[in-house]
Amino acid sequence: MLRLRAQMLQQIREFFADRQVLEVETPLLGQAIGTDPQLQFFSTQYGLPSHEQRLFLQTSPEFAMKRLLAAGSGSIYQICKAFRNGEAGRFHNPEFTLLEWYRLDFDLQQLMDEVEDLLQLLLQTMPLTACQRISYQAVFYQHTGLDALVFSLDAYQAFAIAKGLPEAVDICGDNHAIWLDFLFSHCVQPMFTGNTLTMVFAYPACQSSLARTNVDNPLVTERVELFINGVELGNGYHELTDAVEQKRRFDAELTQRQQWQLPVAEKDQRLLAALQSGLPNCSGIAIGIDRLLMLLSASPAIDEVLSFPVHRA
Amino acid sequence: MAVYSTNEFKSGLKIMLDNDPCAIIDNEFVKPGKGQAFNRVKIRNLKTGRVIERTFKSGESLEGADVIDMDMQYLYNDGEFRHFMVQDTFEQYQADSKTVGDAAQWLKDQDPCIVTLWNDSPLAVTPANFVELAIVETDPGVRGDTSGGGGKPAKLETGAVVRVPLFVQQGEVIKVDTRTGEYISRVKE
Repeated sequence: MLRLRAQMLQQIREFFADRQVLEVETPLLGQAIGTDPQLQFFSTQYGLPSHEQRLFLQTSPEFAMKRLLAAGSGSIYQICKAFRNGEAGRFHNPEFTLLEWYRLDFDLQQLMDEVEDLLQLLLQTMPLTACQRISYQAVFYQHTGLDALVFSLDAYQAFAIAKGLPEAVDICGDNHAIWLDFLFSHCVQPMFTGNTLTMVFAYPACQSSLARTNVDNPLVTERVELFINGVELGNGYHELTDAVEQKRRFDAELTQRQQWQLPVAEKDQRLLAALQSGLPNCSGIAIGIDRLLMLLSASPAIDEVLSFPVHRA
Repeated sequence: MAVYSTNEFKSGLKIMLDNDPCAIIDNEFVKPGKGQAFNRVKIRNLKTGRVIERTFKSGESLEGADVIDMDMQYLYNDGEFRHFMVQDTFEQYQADSKTVGDAAQWLKDQDPCIVTLWNDSPLAVTPANFVELAIVETDPGVRGDTSGGGGKPAKLETGAVVRVPLFVQQGEVIKVDTRTGEYISRVKE
C-alpha cells in the first residue's frame, strides 16, 4: 500500500511536470479559515510571546493557492494534507491528502478534460470503463424525477416517503440545500457504478460558495464533482474572481454559522484583498488521494490506505 | 438512561427508537465534501427482529435502551409461559411464546440459554449454539450408509425437525447447531 501511494504521487508529479504546471507548498497552519458552515476546523494556539493568537489547520489549500494565483504564479498544483474536524468513517479521516490544482484560462470543460486524462493515467490498473459528464439537474431528475433547481417541498417530501426515507422530512425541514444533500447522497450518488467516472456539473446555486454563477442561468454555478463507484472523489470550480460577491458569500456563511451556533471562523481578508487586486480567470479542482487509493486497491475503508488512521495516529 | 450521539453509534449499542429497543448493526458516515453530514444506520428492532435502515443528521442523539443478555437455565413450560432462572441468584423470569419465538424448538428442560432482558423483562431468548437432543421419530435407517449423503427428516424431543444422515436411528441423541438448524454428529451415551 505504501508503494502504491508513492507510485501514485510520482505519476501525479510527472503528469503536471509534462504540462508545465508548477508544484507549490502553502502553509497548513493559517490565521484565517474557510467559513463554510459544513466544514468544521481544528484550531490551535500559537505560543510565541507577544504574538499569541489562535491559528487554524487548513480545511483545504484553496485560499492560499488563490493568493499565489493573484500574485502571478501561473498554473499551480499542490499535494498536501487537509484537516476536517469531526469527520471519521469508512470514507473519512479527519486528516487526509488532497491534490489541488489551478489552471489559468481553463473553463470547466477544459478542466474536466484534464481530470479525465489524469484519472485514466492513475487508475490504469482498475481501469475506467467510461467517462460521462452530466448536469446536476439532469442526473437528479434521472434518479428522482425531481427538479433540483426549483424547490418544491411537497414533491421532495412525497418522493422521500415513497423511497422509504420518511426521516428526511424532519431532518431537512424546508432547507433546499439540505434536501439536495440528502436526496443526492441517498438516491443519486449510489447509482454511479461500474468503474465509470461521472462528472456532475452545473450545481444548484445554493450548493457552492466559491464557484462562478453561470452567465446564462443564474440558478446554477460553475461547479463540478467527480464520482466513481458511488464515491465522491473531488470538487472543482470555475473560480469566482469577484471580490464583492465573494465577501457577500462569506458574510452569509458567517451568519449561518452563528445561527447554527458553530465556532466562529475568521474570514480571510488576505484572500479578499487578493481577489480585489485581481484573481486571473482560472478553474481549479481538488481530488482526494486516499479515496483514489481505495478505488485502486479495492479497499473497503480509508483506514486501509493510510499508514496510521486517526485512532492509531 | 444515557444518551448517545450518532458518532457513538457502534455495532452492538442498544438504543431506543420509536419506543422500541433496538441494536445498532452498522453506522456509516455520509458526508458530501461540501454539504450536510448524515449517518446512515442499520438497526435491528429487538422486539420484532426486523432490520431497518434509518438516516440521522450527524450529531443527533438517541436514548440508550436498558437491554442486557443474561445466562439463564430453562426450567419448564406451564402451557402459557416458559420459565427461566438465573442460576447464581435463583431469580426467575417468565416469557410468553411470542417472546421465546423460534428458540422454543430447541429448549429442553434444564438446558442453558441466553435471555435478553429489556427493563428487566424478557425480550428474546437465544438457545445455546449447540444442543443435544433425542430423536423421537425418523424412518428406519439404511444399514451400511455412513456417508450422510442425502439424509432424512428426524423429529426431536423438543419438536424441531432436522435433516439427519440415513444411518441415524430413532432414540439416538444428536448434536445440532441451533444457528443453522443443522445436524452435527451423533452423541455417544
